[in-house]
Amino acid sequence: MATEFHNLQELRQSPSLATKVFIQRDYSEGTVCRFQIKFPSELGSRIERTLFEDTVKTLNTYYAEAEKVGGQSYMEGCLACATAYFIFLCMETRYEKVLKKISGYIQEQNEKIYAPRGLLLTDPVERGMRVVSFLSNTLIYCHGRSSYQKLAI
Amino acid sequence: MSAVMIARKVRKWEKLPGKNSFCCDGRVMMARQKGVFYLTVFLIVGTCSLFFAFECPYLATHLSPAIPVFAIVLFLFVMAMLLRTSFSDPGVLPRALPEEATFIEMEIEAANGNVPAGQRPPPRIRNVQINGQIVKLKYCHTCKIFRPPRASHCSICDNCVDRFDHHCPWVGNCVGKRNYRYFYLFTLSLSLLTIYIFTFAIVHVVMRSVDSGFVKTLQETPGTVLEVLVCFFTLWSVVGLTGFHSYLISLNQTTNEDIKGSWSGKNRLQNPYSHKNIVKNCCEVLCGPAYPSVLDRRGLTQDDLPVPASTAAQSNPVPQTTKTTAPLIPNEHTPDDAKSSIADSAISHAEKGSPSPKKEKPPTPAKVPPLASPETDVEASIIIAKEKAL
Repeated sequence: MATEFHNLQELRQSPSLATKVFIQRDYSEGTVCRFQIKFPSELGSRIERTLFEDTVKTLNTYYAEAEKVGGQSYMEGCLACATAYFIFLCMETRYEKVLKKISGYIQEQNEKIYAPRGLLLTDPVERGMRVVSFLSNTLIYCHGRSSYQKLAI
Repeated sequence: MSAVMIARKVRKWEKLPGKNSFCCDGRVMMARQKGVFYLTVFLIVGTCSLFFAFECPYLATHLSPAIPVFAIVLFLFVMAMLLRTSFSDPGVLPRALPEEATFIEMEIEAANGNVPAGQRPPPRIRNVQINGQIVKLKYCHTCKIFRPPRASHCSICDNCVDRFDHHCPWVGNCVGKRNYRYFYLFTLSLSLLTIYIFTFAIVHVVMRSVDSGFVKTLQETPGTVLEVLVCFFTLWSVVGLTGFHSYLISLNQTTNEDIKGSWSGKNRLQNPYSHKNIVKNCCEVLCGPAYPSVLDRRGLTQDDLPVPASTAAQSNPVPQTTKTTAPLIPNEHTPDDAKSSIADSAISHAEKGSPSPKKEKPPTPAKVPPLASPETDVEASIIIAKEKAL
């Protein structure tokens, strides 16, 4: 899990400063985890529309994979039920595995695409899967798996 | 001016809002009122103990040893499901952090426009379309979020819970998205266990009465009377509850929606979450993915406790002239220079535990060395930071 410490630059008075932009959930297909692909106006020209849409679409694909009710989830459910769910003490669930993949993907996207543009994408799991947030104009200390990384403006 | 602070790493569960109680360093999460839960455990364990003590020896010898074996398996399954339901996070939604709450407030104000003074502002509702049906999302004033569909705020636990079913005092927890299947399996297996014990208690009494007479049987195994009584009264409620939840699952509805009549068909409102197929609905609820908790209960976070200067310093007493509670994490009121100095000193001194005087001009922070992983236990370090004169 990432822990963020907001630094001074974020709080400097700046007319072009937009500290956080939130992308809300898209409930058109039910309670499945999906985020809106609509490009928020607050991001303006900070990032290309296609890059943003690709990121959100990929995230949506990952979440759809995690929440898919199919053969694998039945197997996992039946096996777990047969062991009175004790197997979850030793085994990672499919959802948790996909969440780890998502976390890695977000980190990679931040390094390659968003950090050079002065933005930071936060993992929705930190906000209860309610929003994807973009932080901008910030000097953030992020705690990844085991090390501190600093993303500069 | 200077301040002494103890920066302590605490587990996040200690700072979670809401009225839950936590055990085992955040691994167990329950409601505060646990009395009825203890009663449930007592009734199940007590009745089963009586069964194993009085009936099982006779039945194992006179009928089959499989009877007590199956009873043990069923008992263990019931307890596992009960504890799983009671101890797990039902699907609590974390409250909005200040920035998100502000963002939502701004959106609401933009949507409502200017409200004349004296008039009540319109209710905070967001309409979303789900599978072709308009669903109203209500705003939760406690959690400062628009509740996702099917989420509801539990007043007993003071949390918004995803796919909120109901708050069950018998299990001492809310029943929501994450623990609904365990709750259902608990009621189902408890029904089976109750029927099983009831049946075999009667069988035992009948078989023994044939040999020894009814009154003598009751005198030899007084526990049987108690078991039969408990099982008889439990049966109606638990079997009824299992039947009710089976009905809800087949329709993909929650108890909360059923009580409120959300999808009762009036105003042409139909359940947009149902697949219109009983098997599909059951599969989704019972065989769906195991959702992980979004509450990071055991993660570590900073807890700044301002400490009076006289009691804080253990080594290197730096002269403290005034006690100020300068925040360790800078906020909008901390001057820029002090923020950078706080950040620098926090990082470089966090693990050393020894204070050092602050430089006049803080150096540009270079690449930060990796600090300890969050798996370390609560640790205390004394950090001294000086605020520049305002």
